[in-house]
Amino acid sequence: MNITLNGTPHAVVDSASISMLVSQVTGRVLAANGQAADGARLGVAVAQNAQVVPRSQWSATALADGDDVELVTAVQGG
Amino acid sequence: MTNTNTEQLNQAGGTGSDDLVIDGVALASRLIMGTGGAPSLDGLGAALIASGTALTTVAMRRYSTAETGSLFQLLVDHGIRVLPNTAGCFTARDAVLTAELAREALETDWVKLEVIADEHTLLPDAVELVDATEQLVNRGFKVFAYTNDDPVLALRLENLGAAAVMPLGSPIGTGLGILNPHNIELIVSRASVPVVLDAGIGTASDAALAMELGCDAVLLATAVTRAQNPVLMGEAFKHAVKAGRMAAAAGRIPRREHALASSAMAGRAEFL
Repeated sequence: MNITLNGTPHAVVDSASISMLVSQVTGRVLAANGQAADGARLGVAVAQNAQVVPRSQWSATALADGDDVELVTAVQGG
Repeated sequence: MTNTNTEQLNQAGGTGSDDLVIDGVALASRLIMGTGGAPSLDGLGAALIASGTALTTVAMRRYSTAETGSLFQLLVDHGIRVLPNTAGCFTARDAVLTAELAREALETDWVKLEVIADEHTLLPDAVELVDATEQLVNRGFKVFAYTNDDPVLALRLENLGAAAVMPLGSPIGTGLGILNPHNIELIVSRASVPVVLDAGIGTASDAALAMELGCDAVLLATAVTRAQNPVLMGEAFKHAVKAGRMAAAAGRIPRREHALASSAMAGRAEFL
C-alpha cells in the first residue's frame, strides 16, 4: 500500500505498523516500547494524519493506505 | 552597600552559585544558545562549548537520511539541555502540533514557543502566541514564550502560565541590538518569571546591555554562528553575559549633566 511520508509518496507492506516504518526509514532497530534497541536516543517523532502517535504505541498502530505521515527530528535552528 | 547587594554581587561574581532557575531546574549559564546558521556540526559544537551554554535550542524538521550526524546526539554528548522551538509556525495549531512532536522526539516538556506573523519581519503574532501559550500550558508544557518587546503582552503571557518570557531586542537575525531598552526594563520590573532577551543581538556589548537592564538570561544564535570566528565570539558572549550580570548587581552610577571630578581639589600644589 501507499502512504505519504514527509510529503512524498512512500510504499510500505500491507498492515505495516508505524514501528516498522520508523525502523525502515531510520535504519535503527526498535524495541517494543518504541525506544531504539541499541539504547541510544532515537530523537524522532511521528504524526499520523496530523495526530502525534506516542512511541509507546508505534508497534500497535497500523498504517492505512493513503495515510499522511510526518517523521521529524531535531535540526539546527533558533 | 547593603547585605543584599553584597550577596548579589558575590553571586554574580562567581563566588557563589548564580544559577538561572527555570521551572525548578538550575542552569549554570545565563547564555542560552540557538543553533541556526552554523555551517557545520563540528564547528557548532566547538562554539557551543566555548560559550559555556547549558541550554540550547533546536528546530523540528522532517527526518532526512541525507542529514549527516545528529545535532540532538551532539547536545546530549556535551551535557547541554535541549530546548526545542516551534520556529516556522504561523498559527497556534501548527505550534501546538510541533511542540507535541518535539516533546515526543526529545523527551522534554520545555518548548520555545515561536509563532511568527510573516517571513519578512519574523515578528511574533501576538494573537496566535497568546492562544498557543494557553493551549500548551494546559497540555503540561513549560512554555518559553518568544514575544514582542511589549510589556503588556509579556505580563499576559506570564499570567497564562509561561515559564519564561523572551522579549526580542530587535527582529531575528538583524543584529540591531536592543532597540527599546526602556520596554525591556519595564518588562523586567514587572515580571515574576525569568525574562530572557531573545533575538537581535549583534555583538557582545548587546548581551551585556541586556543583562544590565535586568534580564535573567540572553538567547542568541546568529551572532555566534555567523560570526567570522564563532568559537571566539561564543567565548566573548560568555564573558559579556557574566559582566552584564555583575554590573547590574553592582549598581551603576547615576547619569549626570556635568563632569564630576574624581580627584580632590583640596591640597593641590600652588605654582606662583
